[in-house]
Formats: sequence, C-alpha cells, structure tokens
Amino acid sequence: MIELQNVCRTFTVGDQQVAALRDIDLSFGAGEYISIMGPSGSGKSTMLNMLGLLDRPSSGTYLLDGGNVTDLNDEQLARVRREKIGFVFQSFHLVPRLTATQNVELPMILAGIPAGERKARVQVLMQSYGLADRVGHKPDQLSGGQRQRVAIARATVMNPAVLLADEPTGNLDQATGWEVLKLLEGLLEQGITLVLVTHDAEIGARARRRIHMLDGRILSDEQQAK
Amino acid sequence: MYIRDLITITSSSFLTYRMRSFLTGLGIAIGIAAVILLTSIGEGLHQFVLGEFSQFGTNIISVQPGKTQTQGGNVGIFGSARPITLEDADALRRLPYVEYVIPGLMGNAEVRFEGKTRRTMVLGEGRDFGKAFTMKVQGGSFWTDADDEQARAQAVIGLKIRQELFGDTNPLGQYLRVGGQRYRVVGVMEAKGQMLGMDMDDAVFIPAARAMELLNRPGLMEINVSYRADVEADVLIRLIKNRLIEVHGREDFTIISQEQALEVLSSVLDILTFSVGALGAISLLVGAVGILTIMTMAVTERTAEIGLLRALGARAQQVLVLFLCEAMLLSALGGGLGLLLGIGIAQGLHLLVPALPVHTPWMFAALAELTAVTIGLAAGVIPAMRAAKLDPVEALHAE
Repeated sequence: MIELQNVCRTFTVGDQQVAALRDIDLSFGAGEYISIMGPSGSGKSTMLNMLGLLDRPSSGTYLLDGGNVTDLNDEQLARVRREKIGFVFQSFHLVPRLTATQNVELPMILAGIPAGERKARVQVLMQSYGLADRVGHKPDQLSGGQRQRVAIARATVMNPAVLLADEPTGNLDQATGWEVLKLLEGLLEQGITLVLVTHDAEIGARARRRIHMLDGRILSDEQQAK
Repeated sequence: MYIRDLITITSSSFLTYRMRSFLTGLGIAIGIAAVILLTSIGEGLHQFVLGEFSQFGTNIISVQPGKTQTQGGNVGIFGSARPITLEDADALRRLPYVEYVIPGLMGNAEVRFEGKTRRTMVLGEGRDFGKAFTMKVQGGSFWTDADDEQARAQAVIGLKIRQELFGDTNPLGQYLRVGGQRYRVVGVMEAKGQMLGMDMDDAVFIPAARAMELLNRPGLMEINVSYRADVEADVLIRLIKNRLIEVHGREDFTIISQEQALEVLSSVLDILTFSVGALGAISLLVGAVGILTIMTMAVTERTAEIGLLRALGARAQQVLVLFLCEAMLLSALGGGLGLLLGIGIAQGLHLLVPALPVHTPWMFAALAELTAVTIGLAAGVIPAMRAAKLDPVEALHAE
C-alpha cells in the first residue's frame, strides 16, 4: 500500500549538505502496525513527514495506494493528505480558539463537506471516543488525555488509510498514555495502517513490525511472529 | 470551504483576542469616521449653497443687456448696447418651450402710506413673477393685466413693508404711494428673507413698464425666461440668442443660464467635498498599517497552526484565503463601527450647531465601507502570502 523506493532526503544547512534519509526502501501493507524507533536525529521525523506528504524526497519514489505521489503539486498533495492520511502529534496541535467539535470538524471544513454531514460524523466519533460531554469545550478546558482523543478523532474523521502518530503519548502520564495507545490500536481493526514514531522502546515493542533507524538509514526491520 | 465556515474560523480569533482586534478595528473606524464626518459636512455645505442659489427655481435663463467682450480698434457706433425692452420680452414669449417671461428691473424709491414713509427696494416685474420664481403671495394675488406695457398701477408688497407701513390695517385695496405715484395694493408676499444680501421682504413689486418710468430707465435690467423642465438649457439658450439677434441685429446681450451656473458651482463644491474626504483618508492609511501589523503578528503566532492546517489537507491557497478573510473581516467591522461613529458625530454636531448643514449620502457610506474592505484586503495580502508560502514541516514544528 505504501512503498518507498530508494528515497533520499538531504537538507542544506549553511553550505553543507546533510542527509536525513539515505536510500530508504520500505513497504507497508494495509492494516499493518509499525513502530519507527531511533535516537534524535536518526531521521524518524523526516520519515514521518515524508510518509505524510508534508515533505518531498530529494530523490527516489513514493507510491501510495499504487499511485506515484512523488511529483504531485501542492493542491494534489493537499488532497491526498486530506483523504488518505491522518496525523497525531505529541503536542496535540489543537486550535485553541475552536471547540473540541470544531477542531474535529476542521479537515471536513477544509474538504468542503456540508455542515449537516459533519455534525453527524463528529457526533458518532465523539461518542465512541468518550468525549460526548466535551463537545463544546475549548482545548484548554480539557485534560491531556482528552485533548489527544480529540486530536485522534480529528485525524480519523476523514477515514484515512494511514494514521501517522508522532510520539502520541509523549506529553501524557503513563496511565493516560496507555489509554490513548489502546484507542489508536483499536483503529487497526478497522483496517487502518498505524505508523507510530517513538523513542520509547516499551511502546515501540507493542507494534508487530518494528523499524529501528540510525543516521538516516534503516538499522533493522523486524516482524514479530504472532 | 463554505463562506460560513470561513467566517466562523476567522471570527474565532477576534473573539479570542478581543482587545487587540478592537483596537486594530478602531484604527480603521477612526479613518472611516473622519472620512464620513468630513464628507458629510462638505456635502451638507454643498446642498446648502446650491439651495440658496436655486431657491427661485433652476430652469430659468436670464438675458441681460450688453455683451462682455473685448474688441480691437475703435468701438465706434457699435459701442453702446441697445437696451433690452418689453418688446424683446414679448418676442421671447412666442418661443417654443417657454413657460413664463418676466421682464425685470430694480431700483430704490420712497413709499408712503398715511403719513409713514420708507425708502425701499422697488422691483419692476412681469405678471407671472410669482409663478416663474417660487415665490407666493400670502394674501391677494399678483396683477393679471395681460399687457405688460399697459399694466395698471398695482403693487404687491413685501411682508416687512406691510408690517412697517400698514400695521394692523388690511393693505389689500389700499393705495400706496411709490415715488409719488398711487398704486393699489393687490397682494402681500410670503416671508422670503435674505437672498444674497437683499431683503426680499423689504420690497415693493410693481409692473415693469411703470418701474421703468418711475426709475427713469430706458430699458430693462434683465429678462428672466422660465422654460419647461424637460428641455435642455442649451436648446433654449440657442433659441433665445437667435431670436434676439434677429430683433437687435447683433449680439449685444448676455445670456446666463441658472442651470449652467449651478453646474459650475456644484462641481466646485464637489471638489471641496472630495478634498476634505481625501484628508480623512490619510487616517485610513494609518488604520491600514494597523491591520498589516496585527496580521503579520498573527501569522507569526499561528505558524504551528498553519502547519497543522496544511497537515490536515489545507491547500496553500486556502491558508491565503483564511488570512485575507480575517484582515477583510477585521477592517469591515472597523469600517462599520466607523460609519456609525461618523454619522453619529455628524448628526450630533448638527444638533449642537443647527447652522452647520450636514448630509451623508448613502453612496458615501457604501463607498466608505467598500474602501474599508479593500484596505483590509490590501493590508492582508503580504501577511497572507507569507502564511501560504510557509513550509508545512517547518511551520508544524515552530513553537
């Protein structure tokens, strides 16, 4: 479903070329649970941005759902992000001025989905994520766990094929972190591909497929026998 | 993206940063208020001045003897202009489109009634004077003699003459002495007040032929021709000119059209209104700088949010529209407030100083609001373009 072929990404820092990703060959199937681990600067964030079409490879090819998305223009990229990719961030990234409901609605507003349909979809999601009594609250009136659940609702409201989670439990205490993780893992049953970026080995070990990165290369790619 | 959603999202930032948005909007509001206030006063003055000049009606053309021109060589026998006479007035009366022809001249004479004497303005006029000019009699009527030359000794008196000379006596039917001749009073004018420095109430109106004799003048001072409102002044001017040249043999008269004089005056006053409006517009410019500042700050503060929107599938163009919309909405609200302020202050001034004429045309209000929105758009362009051009990855990780 996702295939990276010989992908490189180099940044120019000052007058030096820094390689963040070197010759990455990788493919994920639908419904896979993947964790990407590695120390800071290993390239795992760049990998996530690349997978999420926020960044473009300097060279190489990215195939998503069989289509080549390497050379799409801004508008086409935005469309693919909107329809196929969900993001969950460490710092939640909720818009502080909007209510929980409005935050969840954002991708649908950008996609031009009419208000009636949005309301129905948001209501279902808020209910199943245990946020039914928090719909009108602003982010600063929510606990960390609630905020991340709102963010997950927002990431899944467009029914994406891939969910990219960047340290989703990094700003949460352990108990809340596990809850959020369980919520994310529950999405696997719906056939979503979950990519979890973390430097926490314990969390990373929960994924069936674990990728370790170092210096922009894939160090190991282990599939846990089940 | 739906317009309603666009407004919901953009207005959420006003509700969050209330004070700051209010102050920025106030910058635009003060500018718009200044423009509205100044143009309201300018326009009020415009209408006041035009009203003063056109209170006797606008579709009137005046013919005066003599031609203003410079000639080379000896003026010779052509030098003296032929006087304009009652025959000329009759000739004009037969022209098409003409409604009334009023021969006129003016002078001073002593009027007397039962031992009381007063020196006053004597106006020699035609019988249609009251109809052609918007001047009405309060009691009685104008004389009706069909022939201006043979008009009987009848007079219409101004209100002040009535008060001063007649007191409680009903003046109608009484005999008034004007310069030694007996005139029967047939009408009393309504109060008209001052007109260009002349007190129209302190006047006696008598038939033109008799005034010429009384004031010992060879001709009229002017002939006023009133014409149908649906005819252009130019047409009438041409007709009158041709007819009088026919009668006089040459152009020794001057034709002044009220309409054309008013047009010139009006265009001068328009420039005045425009200039004071432009002065007010300078403060609008300051308001625009305020919007530019606040939007630049907003883009910096919300960099991470812009990154998020891009991650959620917003196109660069949508980010541009969001910020442009915010700038426009901010200045539109400021502009609305400015309209209320400007109109409110203008009306308040008018209440305090009733002599100060004030008028706010809807056109100006609409234009001012449109200007405010345009200014918002212009001021928002640079910050919005910056927002749209941000790299999603860098924006997302900005703190």
